[in-house]
Amino acid sequence: MTTKANCGPVWVVAEQVDGRIQNVSLQLVGKARQLADELDVPVEVVLLGQGMKDVVEPLFAAGADRVYLGDDPVLNWYHAETYTEMIVSLALKIQPEILLIGSTCTGRELAPLVAARLATGLTAHCIDLKINDQRILEQWIPAYGGLISIICPQKRPQMATVASGVFPLPDMDESRRGELVMLKAPEAVSGRIRTLEVVRREPETVALESASIVVAGGIGAGDEDGWRQISDLARILNAALGCTRPVVDAGWAGHETMIGQSGKMVSPELYLGIGLSGDLQHLIGVAGARVMAAVNKDARAPVFEQVDYGIVADCREFVPLLIEKIRAYRQSR
Amino acid sequence: MTLQIIVCVKAVPDPAQAGRIRIDPATRTLTRADVPLAFNPLDRNALEAALQIKEKSGARITVLSMGPSGAESIVRECLSLGADHGILLSDRAFAGADAYATSFTLARGIENIGKYDLILCGMASSDGATEWVGPQIASFLGIPAATQVEELTQADSQTLIVRSGMENGYRLMEIKLPALLTATRKLNRPRALSFSGIIKARKKQIVQWGLQDLGLAEDQVGQAASPTVVSAMTTRTARRQVEFIEGSIEEKAEILVQRLAQAGLI
Ligand SMILES: Cc1cc2nc3c(=O)[nH]c(=O)nc-3n(C[C@H](O)[C@H](O)[C@H](O)COP(=O)(O)OP(=O)(O)OC[C@H]3O[C@@H](n4cnc5c(N)ncnc54)[C@H](O)[C@@H]3O)c2cc1C
Ligand SMILES: Nc1ncnc2c1ncn2[C@@H]1O[C@H](COP(=O)(O)O)[C@@H](O)[C@H]1O
Repeated sequence: MTTKANCGPVWVVAEQVDGRIQNVSLQLVGKARQLADELDVPVEVVLLGQGMKDVVEPLFAAGADRVYLGDDPVLNWYHAETYTEMIVSLALKIQPEILLIGSTCTGRELAPLVAARLATGLTAHCIDLKINDQRILEQWIPAYGGLISIICPQKRPQMATVASGVFPLPDMDESRRGELVMLKAPEAVSGRIRTLEVVRREPETVALESASIVVAGGIGAGDEDGWRQISDLARILNAALGCTRPVVDAGWAGHETMIGQSGKMVSPELYLGIGLSGDLQHLIGVAGARVMAAVNKDARAPVFEQVDYGIVADCREFVPLLIEKIRAYRQSR
Repeated sequence: MTLQIIVCVKAVPDPAQAGRIRIDPATRTLTRADVPLAFNPLDRNALEAALQIKEKSGARITVLSMGPSGAESIVRECLSLGADHGILLSDRAFAGADAYATSFTLARGIENIGKYDLILCGMASSDGATEWVGPQIASFLGIPAATQVEELTQADSQTLIVRSGMENGYRLMEIKLPALLTATRKLNRPRALSFSGIIKARKKQIVQWGLQDLGLAEDQVGQAASPTVVSAMTTRTARRQVEFIEGSIEEKAEILVQRLAQAGLI
């Protein structure tokens, strides 16, 4: 790849919560650095918020060459219309080649709004990003039991959202410096949407993303009783409880506990998957696990190709027994 | 002044059987076992929200779907549940649309309907699952959008109070109509079909619109108008060597505990 760049920078739209840059944004800056080096272009980050001047350093340390900072009381809370407007007007001026956004709750709303305004394509929940030999961004997602690459050949920027944990945190080089460019916030914010309140609570249960043991249940649990057995197992193991999408559809667990491509990415020491088929859209979320075990009544379930220990059993019988054996083991020590 | 509500509903491959759609490793194309169409789960919550508003303060509900002619049965189900009108956007030219082209076509359909105060979508479809279509429709129509809605109340005839989910919390917003919202499961519990509803809906007409009815050209819809394309596919390869734990079910539990204990995991 010797051709000199004749394209725009790689952009990351970063997210901050209460003045802290989110990990997913730093992970994306790290990935953007690799992509930008291949294209021989700079990495630029757009950050909007209030009281942000002292929090931009990690973006440079993670690999940004330039940070566009909107720092204004009206930007304190994410506001769909204001944020979209600022990002779109800057993008029209700078013409980024690639634009990456974290698949967070606000990122998932902001990304399609920006893409529609820029009349460009957007790929959701990517699990890998690569520059191909035509210098086009391949955006890989799991689908139909395999992986597919989506590209946006004509329109720019090439936009993708990526969940936290898909890419590692980059090595932070505290001595790296970059350019800080201040953005002017709009004088008046549209009154069509007014944020009244933003509430965040401390989660009561073990956080999935940082748990060392994850027990994940699938629709094979059968019903709420079967699901309760699996949650009991998680509690006894002091594990975080995760699930597959059909479990969310059945209403046994909340969307925030779903693991996979369009849910959470986890990397525990131990993953125990129970009554789930092992669809790649789920298992891609566990790719970082050290040891994996699965329980399924069907010996040919695809999950058995993806784990270290396989148990062919009906989970309704097996899970209570397993709980008993764990208790017995603990008492014997 | 009755509120005009449009609910966007997608007919999706039945999520319980969608796993049968697979990439053929030899040809690297999709093998579409005849998976039947189903009501996209989250769109039931969108419709339920509309029905509850209708019951409380009166509304006219139009259901809009883009899809093959088989999607008509899903639109019919919406009418049986209490929607007033059903419109199906169906045309060969619409095929192969990505989220952008889908949203654009649906937005055109909405403009064709005319007046609207509130548009409701599901947060995500079960097959595309991009979550893009709702907010992109709003963008094309130039109206505000709030996604991931968990709670919804009417403040007055022109204003809604909306709670949107966030990591470990929520945002509470006031939003002026006309606006678009996307529904989560937390929003409500969708009702079941009633016999009388099915009977009443039998007589209702479902309108079908194609390319020309929307005043669009071939290159404005479907694959031709989709900025994204699939460029490559791979089938998955086994990543781990599995050890099946054998024995009676009790022995299996016992051995698993031993293995995990030996590995220092429990
Ligand atoms: C774009 C897109 C994104 C998606 N994102 C995600 C995601 O992020 N996360 C996610 O999980 N899914 C996601 N999905 C859905 C995913 O494709 C699968 O449908 C889902 O993971 C399957 O869940 P499951 O294994 O619980 O159910 P199934 O595939 O139905 O499997 C159930 C399994 O349980 C077994 N079983 C049944 N009864 C018992 C019993 N008594 N004891 C033991 N085993 C039993 C069966 O043998 C079967 O293997 C996505 C889909 C799409 C299209
Ligand atoms: N073809 C379609 N027809 C009608 N509504 C759709 C269609 N595709 C998507 N939607 C709506 O957009 C929502 C989000 O879909 P998606 O962006 O595919 O996740 C769905 O829940 C529907 O409300």
